[in-house]
Amino acid sequence: MIALSDYLMLGAILFSLSIAGIFLNRKNIIIILMCVELMLLAVNMNFIAFSRFLDDSAGQVFVFFILTVAAAEAAIGLAILIVVFRNRRTINVADLDTLKG
Amino acid sequence: MTPEKILFYVFATILVLSATMVITRRDPVHSALFLVLAFFTSAILWMLLEAEFLAIVLVLVYVGAVMVLFLFVVMMLDTNKAAMRAGFVKMMPVGLIVAGVMAFEMFLIVGPQYFGLDKFAMPAPHPADYSNTEELGRVLYTVYMYPVEIAAVILLVGIIAAIGLTMRKRPDNKSLDPSEQVKVTKGPDRIRVVKMASEIKQEAK
Amino acid sequence: MEKIYLAIAFTPLIGAIIAGFWGAQIGRAGAHWVTSVGVGISAFLSIIVLLGFITGHREAFNGSVYIWMISDGITFEVGFLVDTLTAMMMAVVTFVSFCVHIYTIGYMAHDEENWPTGSKAGTNSYQRFFSYISLFTFSMLLLVMSNNFLQLFFGWEAVGLVSYLLIGFWSNRETAIFANMKAFLVNRVGDFGFLLGIAAVAMYFNTVDYAEVFAKAPELANTQIQIWGDTSWSLMTVICILLFVGAMGKSAQVPLHVWLPDSMEGPTPISALIHAATMVTAGIFMVARMSPLYELSETALSFILIIGATTAFFTGLIGLVQNDIKRVVAYSTLSQLGYMTVALGASAYAAGIFHLMTHAFFKALLFLAAGSVIIAMHHEQDMRKMGGLKKYMPITYWTSLIGSLALIGLPGFSGFFSKDSIIEAVHHSQIPGAGYAYLMVILGVFITALYSFRMFFMVFHGEERMDEHTKQHLHESPRVVTVPLIMLAIPSVLIGGMTVSGVVFGDWFKDVIYVAPAHDVLKEIGFHSTIGFFFHGLFALPTLLAAAGVGVAYMIYMKNPEIADKIKSAASPLYTLLDKKYFVDELYQAVFAGGSRWLGKVFWKVGDQALIDGLIVNGSARSVGFLAGVIRQIQTGYLYHYAFAMILGLLLLLALFVN
Repeated sequence: MIALSDYLMLGAILFSLSIAGIFLNRKNIIIILMCVELMLLAVNMNFIAFSRFLDDSAGQVFVFFILTVAAAEAAIGLAILIVVFRNRRTINVADLDTLKG
Repeated sequence: MTPEKILFYVFATILVLSATMVITRRDPVHSALFLVLAFFTSAILWMLLEAEFLAIVLVLVYVGAVMVLFLFVVMMLDTNKAAMRAGFVKMMPVGLIVAGVMAFEMFLIVGPQYFGLDKFAMPAPHPADYSNTEELGRVLYTVYMYPVEIAAVILLVGIIAAIGLTMRKRPDNKSLDPSEQVKVTKGPDRIRVVKMASEIKQEAK
Repeated sequence: MEKIYLAIAFTPLIGAIIAGFWGAQIGRAGAHWVTSVGVGISAFLSIIVLLGFITGHREAFNGSVYIWMISDGITFEVGFLVDTLTAMMMAVVTFVSFCVHIYTIGYMAHDEENWPTGSKAGTNSYQRFFSYISLFTFSMLLLVMSNNFLQLFFGWEAVGLVSYLLIGFWSNRETAIFANMKAFLVNRVGDFGFLLGIAAVAMYFNTVDYAEVFAKAPELANTQIQIWGDTSWSLMTVICILLFVGAMGKSAQVPLHVWLPDSMEGPTPISALIHAATMVTAGIFMVARMSPLYELSETALSFILIIGATTAFFTGLIGLVQNDIKRVVAYSTLSQLGYMTVALGASAYAAGIFHLMTHAFFKALLFLAAGSVIIAMHHEQDMRKMGGLKKYMPITYWTSLIGSLALIGLPGFSGFFSKDSIIEAVHHSQIPGAGYAYLMVILGVFITALYSFRMFFMVFHGEERMDEHTKQHLHESPRVVTVPLIMLAIPSVLIGGMTVSGVVFGDWFKDVIYVAPAHDVLKEIGFHSTIGFFFHGLFALPTLLAAAGVGVAYMIYMKNPEIADKIKSAASPLYTLLDKKYFVDELYQAVFAGGSRWLGKVFWKVGDQALIDGLIVNGSARSVGFLAGVIRQIQTGYLYHYAFAMILGLLLLLALFVN
């Protein structure tokens, strides 16, 4: 039998990998966005595992909403990316520092 | 080694590997494609967890829509790949250490000593006529009615925002602007008085 | 019964309100009519009340008129306590006030600074002046008729306010403004003590009603309190001395006497009414009223005695060297207030009040006579420019002679009876300091005679030192001025002999003023009859000293005027000391005024500018700016730095869960 901890640890590995991804590809905003998607996937994995093992559909409902919000987030994030690229001719994070204090 | 366990470990391995590929590939297109693979394997794992509806949704929405969107964007934008990769090697140790520490901490928290089978037994599988979709739908449209509506609005907002952000004025747009129309003044905007020498009708001879 | 008292107190207020608010509508004549009639009614009713007490068919009245509020068990109310003491004060106040109202009509008539149009003191200032003096009468009546400490304090402050307004009435004169500020500030010092005293009464007696306080006083006679540290203080001594500090301010006792001479910057009727006859005696009245408290504290009595004696003698000395006619009378007032205070300190309250009454008449008379002279001299107040006025102003001459004789205590005149009973009382007193006080008051008699007749001779006799223009216009003052002089001259002569047996040695104040048997000096004097007292005093030391004083004054200022200059040059340091009034003004100016300015400057520069503005206001802004400057280095604008911070935070959060 597969234990709950197996799924949770899988989620943990996925999450840590995506964090490492943010570190490694810190200049490439597209990869960063992909890593965020990966993080959400890890979280969803936990939700569904808990939903199964606690026999409670609330976890799946949560995942449903996370998917919704993630889709909207991806759409808007990519739209912003396109606008940024159109204005700055770059999406290199190192060049985007107008927030600097 | 039950078949389920074999399936789980095989797909978990594929998932971890594809996730590793996502973060290490030089080309964002490759990353996106490996991300698609990761989503697919996740969907299979969710199937194992009897979340069939969400597994299908993940494939349809993520793989079918979001990842395609990613691919569009990646291919549309002309990026300097070398500059994007700058510091990749330099950041490797830090990233690995942080990720390792985090994974270690999370293992300590979610490890078998707290969430093992002895703590959480696997519930009995649902019978064959059980419909996960029906179950989820019943809950979503009763208990979570308002959140569903809010989620719908969020999606709408996402659509409008994405359109609003990316839309450009097209020079060949033939539409009318009513606010410009009502701005005209009575005199010179509407009629043009042309001065010319008067013509005298020649008498027929 | 109550209505007559209400009428006495509030008729002047009505006059004041009408003259004050509708002065422009009723005009000058209207203003002086409405206020004079108001005060006249008040005076008439007061005398009826007094006669009622004399004939014995009027009982003492103590009742509440209006309850303002009740807070924590203490009732604050407007109430009247009318007994023989109050009746006497009411009669004196309203009578003198009435005379002054009439006199003012003449005195202010030609005051060029006071015309309705183009007045330097503001429009309708003539009406306002009448409004003020009527308001003063009202305040003073509330003060004396009060049956509780709160109303006493109200009256106390109200008379102080009117005094301030009237000293500075000629507000275009810088000296007047200085004087009224000074009077107000010095009185604040006294009032602070007074207020603390009232607060102590309210705290320990839990009431502000006289009758209740006096009834409870013997119980608390031996109470000891700790103010700071472990030193024990007698409650009664603390209360009595604090209240007396208030009296020192109002009644101008050393060292709070400095405001009274300067208050002569005000118009003369004010000097007569407020700064000689009535307001300054409020302190004396208050102590007499509080006799059941003061009798419980010998320390306080001794304190009063020494302060009074010092005031009586040393301020009289200053009067010797003054050249301003009003200032001489002012220092004389200070000295006489000292006499009254000495009487209080010796537990001879009746004698003090008696002297208060006689002094009110003859001092008001002297002031009004001085004012009459000032009118004739076209507002010249320097005695060195007067002289020989006797033949020009006979009524003023004779009335001021009567006033001066009453002041120095010529046997038979009212001042003789009051002052002699004080001196005798001090002579018999056993309270510590009585010996010093006796010496001071007995020497004071000589000084009083000397300065009074110095002034008298310089003004009315000798060569005529005024300029030709003034001389041509010299004439007796109009009847509105002379009639009050005559009205005041009569009681100045008669009132003493008429009432001494009853007021001082009789049982007039039997139930009003309480004197502990051990302190009852007036009984020890051995008074038998007015005639006996008269003959006993005729050849006693005070009379002889007074005669000597007059003689010396005659020698110096009539026979050999150059002696005065010789003495002046021979005792030049002493003269300077007196001329500068013991440098008290300079001391206060330097220490208190200068000190306050210095302290204010310190607070301004260090407290406000450096600490509050610099450190707290600008300092906090600057430190926020500095911190923001440091922190903004963290804000790089790079997405991955923020992500890194988030991840670090997540790591720490996870570490919390790991156990």
